[in-house]
Amino acid sequence: MIKQRSPFFNVDWIVVITFLTLCIIGWFNIHAAVYDPEKPSIFNLDTNYGKQLIFIVSAFILGLVILLLDSKFFNTFSPVFYGITLLLLILVLIVGRNVGGNQAWIPIGSFRLQPSEFAKFSSCLLLARYLSSVNIKIQDLRTQSVCAIILLIPMSLIMMQPDTGSALTFTSLVFVLYREGLSGYFLIITAILIALFVLSLLLSKVFLIFGLILIAGLLIYNNKKNRSFITTVIYGFVISVVFIFCVDFAYKNILQSHQRNRIDVLLGIVQDLKGEGYNVNQSKIAIGSGGMWGRGYLQGTQTKYDFVPEQSTDFIFCTIGEEWGFAGSFVVIGLYLFLLLRIVNIAERQRSSFSRIYGYGVASILFFHFFINIGMTVGLAPVIGIPLPFISYGGSSLWSFTILLFILLKLDSNRMGII
Amino acid sequence: MNSFFARKFVIQGIFIAVALILLTRIFYIQVISDKYLLSANNNVLRKVLIYPARGIILDRYEKILVQNEPVYDLMVIPKEVKPFDTTTFCKLVGIDLEGFHKRFKKAKNYSPYKASVFEKQLSATTYATFQERLYEFKGFFVQNRTVRRYPDSTAAQFLGYIGEVSEKAIENSNGFYRQGDYFGISGVEKSYEELLRGQRGVQNLMVDALNRPKGHFADGKYDTLAVSGERLISSLDKELQKLGEQLMNNKIGSVVAIEPSTGEILSFISSPGYDPNLMVGRERGNNYMKLLNQPSKPMFIRPIQAEYPPGSIFKVINALVAQQFGQINPQTTYYCPGGYRYGRSGFMACTHVHGSVNLISSIEESCNTYYGYTYNLMIDKAGMRPVNAFKKWRNAVSRFGVGDRLNIDLPNEKKGLLPSADLYTKRWGSDKWGSGFNISLSIGQGELGITPLQMANVMAIVANRGFYFKPHLIQAIGEKKVIKAEYTKRNDAGIDPKYFEVVIQGMSQVVNSPSGTAIYSKINGIEMCGKTGTVQNPHGEDHSVFVAFAPRNNPKIAIAVIVENAGFGSTWSAPIASLMVEKYLTRSISRPKAYIDRLLDANLLPGESSLKQKPGSKLKPDSNLKKAQRLKLAISAFKKTGKND
Repeated sequence: MIKQRSPFFNVDWIVVITFLTLCIIGWFNIHAAVYDPEKPSIFNLDTNYGKQLIFIVSAFILGLVILLLDSKFFNTFSPVFYGITLLLLILVLIVGRNVGGNQAWIPIGSFRLQPSEFAKFSSCLLLARYLSSVNIKIQDLRTQSVCAIILLIPMSLIMMQPDTGSALTFTSLVFVLYREGLSGYFLIITAILIALFVLSLLLSKVFLIFGLILIAGLLIYNNKKNRSFITTVIYGFVISVVFIFCVDFAYKNILQSHQRNRIDVLLGIVQDLKGEGYNVNQSKIAIGSGGMWGRGYLQGTQTKYDFVPEQSTDFIFCTIGEEWGFAGSFVVIGLYLFLLLRIVNIAERQRSSFSRIYGYGVASILFFHFFINIGMTVGLAPVIGIPLPFISYGGSSLWSFTILLFILLKLDSNRMGII
Repeated sequence: MNSFFARKFVIQGIFIAVALILLTRIFYIQVISDKYLLSANNNVLRKVLIYPARGIILDRYEKILVQNEPVYDLMVIPKEVKPFDTTTFCKLVGIDLEGFHKRFKKAKNYSPYKASVFEKQLSATTYATFQERLYEFKGFFVQNRTVRRYPDSTAAQFLGYIGEVSEKAIENSNGFYRQGDYFGISGVEKSYEELLRGQRGVQNLMVDALNRPKGHFADGKYDTLAVSGERLISSLDKELQKLGEQLMNNKIGSVVAIEPSTGEILSFISSPGYDPNLMVGRERGNNYMKLLNQPSKPMFIRPIQAEYPPGSIFKVINALVAQQFGQINPQTTYYCPGGYRYGRSGFMACTHVHGSVNLISSIEESCNTYYGYTYNLMIDKAGMRPVNAFKKWRNAVSRFGVGDRLNIDLPNEKKGLLPSADLYTKRWGSDKWGSGFNISLSIGQGELGITPLQMANVMAIVANRGFYFKPHLIQAIGEKKVIKAEYTKRNDAGIDPKYFEVVIQGMSQVVNSPSGTAIYSKINGIEMCGKTGTVQNPHGEDHSVFVAFAPRNNPKIAIAVIVENAGFGSTWSAPIASLMVEKYLTRSISRPKAYIDRLLDANLLPGESSLKQKPGSKLKPDSNLKKAQRLKLAISAFKKTGKND
């Protein structure tokens, strides 16, 4: 009989401290972003920063509760979580409240629940469970298809809200598949396709195709003797050309006009500082005005006077950039990078593949949010409304990221046991 | 662990790479590029200018000459305009529909978001009626400004006027002036612009994304208050100025009066003048063009811009210079046969056959012959070559402030003309010329040009017995009684004081002796010394000139009066001068109404031949009038304001 251990035994407290640090950074910056001189107390519950404090405390309690649960619980019930999430995603399309063009919220009392946030960890759990089951090989087409289906169902439902940003989050799980053995070509091909996508919008088709012919010709010329390589290059070339035309078609006919505009602005095709480009331009101004050391807490003029829209949620990084300068930005990005690397390390030290796969899922999702959110505030990524984990204002997102992270911590604390 | 463990490093590598990309980008926009910091300040900072009140100008007794009056500019922000009843609007503002659309389009072209002036300077009454209904017209508002107001409509050319700054002035001002600012264009408004304009204040307001003010930047550390323009106290005597302007009504000419002991200008009249209030407000442009096109040129500042040969008054200078040179003395006597003969056949006629004339009577009777001889002495008999003697003479004359600017504190002063020896050398082809070649200089004719200001200044020199202070119009600036150092410096005319008495005696007799040329301008109880002049005018009737100072001992006022096309100096200029002097010294006028009415009613404008005098109003020496006739004058313009009742 093994002595009953404390439920908090073996918990990775370094991650917990990092988590709490990010939450508190978020809380102070939300205070600064929506600072109201008439309600200066940071504890005022009528305000967003007051509410965020409740969210943080409750999220932390939620995290502790998760640590108290049995670690087998998550593996066993992952299909149930997934099922509930799908039901909620369907429900939100029926009874959801439309906020800002997205039907993403289910109102519960005075709070609103955002099922797409919870879809992230439930999909992660199911993916981990599926990939960790016996006799599963990622190289099989069947396995790949099942994985795709697990991810595509919630993605499609979220697209219907329509919340493209949240839906795109699921693509980050390609890192998980890669770690589990998916061919590296997937990453390379994805990268090439993204490059082609951008180029086809920036350059005229004629130039692009001409360039591709040139590259293909060079490749073939350098590998004259390798016939299979030549065949691959020719296939690649044909697929690229088709892709270019598809992009063109999709861009003109499938994307909604605001999405098109955002991409145009990001790529610098149009300069629209009053319309679509306004957010990013103001956000860059706010961050840029921070300088090396920032203007100081509550001294930011750009964020305080509402030049940056959505500054407590999606554009919270502006406040950090303006008031804390490059030093503050460095600290925040450093904390995220530290967290991400540590999560990967945690994943790798798991004995069960379920835990490892889930750990990579957590890292991928956090990474995607971190990169896209900060990237969009500095004009490196398109503006898709996704929050900055643990920092952005909002209960649903904070809770879902907390659940996501603390499940991993629970699994990790039990890494010596067999699930 | 499984066979793909190594891929951990690929993934971690990607994470690190992305974090570095983000940090590089952030480092660029935060630390390297300053474009964003500037944009941030543009976003949030609004400089609001606080306009100072322009300095007011007072006369020497601190009575207001020009002050500020509030006006109301109608402003519009085109983007905020909601549909409204344009007919009512146009009626209230007093414009037509076409004008409305024109103005609105102009404002919209300027900026749909920024306020621009829709209609300038609504009158107080328009403003009052409009203000009540302003709420009906969204996007319009009224901005308060001040404009100049001249309560007595006097001294227009002296005060000058202000107007909107020109593009050029904005460029040259190093950023001081902005579009729509006002600045002095002429007169004191121009020459003292830097004192009058005051200092603009700046408020650095912070605004939010909707342009709503949110408080002062850095708690107002960089804000400045507007500083009002300095109060200028001019040397002008407003009552005297007004009297002079009335006397000069319907006449072309100038009156300049100077306080000899200080050089302060007491009156500065350029006739015809205009109402300075015409140069203010919405009609300024039209009025300006009208004034500019008038044949009598009211915009011409005659006291400093009109140049006349001085005529007989120049004899005063020659009498003094010749004495200083030691070539005549009070006993020097010449016989006047009715003219002066020179050279082989030269003859300069005199007004009368004066017979035997000495220095005193030469002034009193204005004998040309006497000065022909005197000039001949100075040029031909100076013991040197005439051309060098002329240079010596010219130098002596120029010390009377003739032939160059006196640097009065007004823009665009003319130099006048005092010919140089070179002029004659060039004209005659050699320097072997003598007095006969420019004998008319002896009596103030010929190549001489002297401004009325210079004439008055010569009188100040005589009054002071040999020195002068440069004439100026501003005696004090603000609370500190400072004027330019230049105006407190005593300038010496280079004539020994002892030579003045005899000349002054002659000038006294001009006015006070029954045989004097200006006897009917004598003032009871005041010994005024003067000299008449008649300036030959090749274009028409001669100009009437009179210069004087009074009282003889301890003089308080030196004056020059010129009435163009008015004939003898004694007819028009001298009486005007005598009234001015009496008014200034006693604050009242003791002359009969008829005496004044004659001057007030006379119309001496060229082309309107109303020179005829009514019978019965024939001029008589003042002393001959009966006491009863010396009615106290009731006309309001001459209401007594002084101590003497």
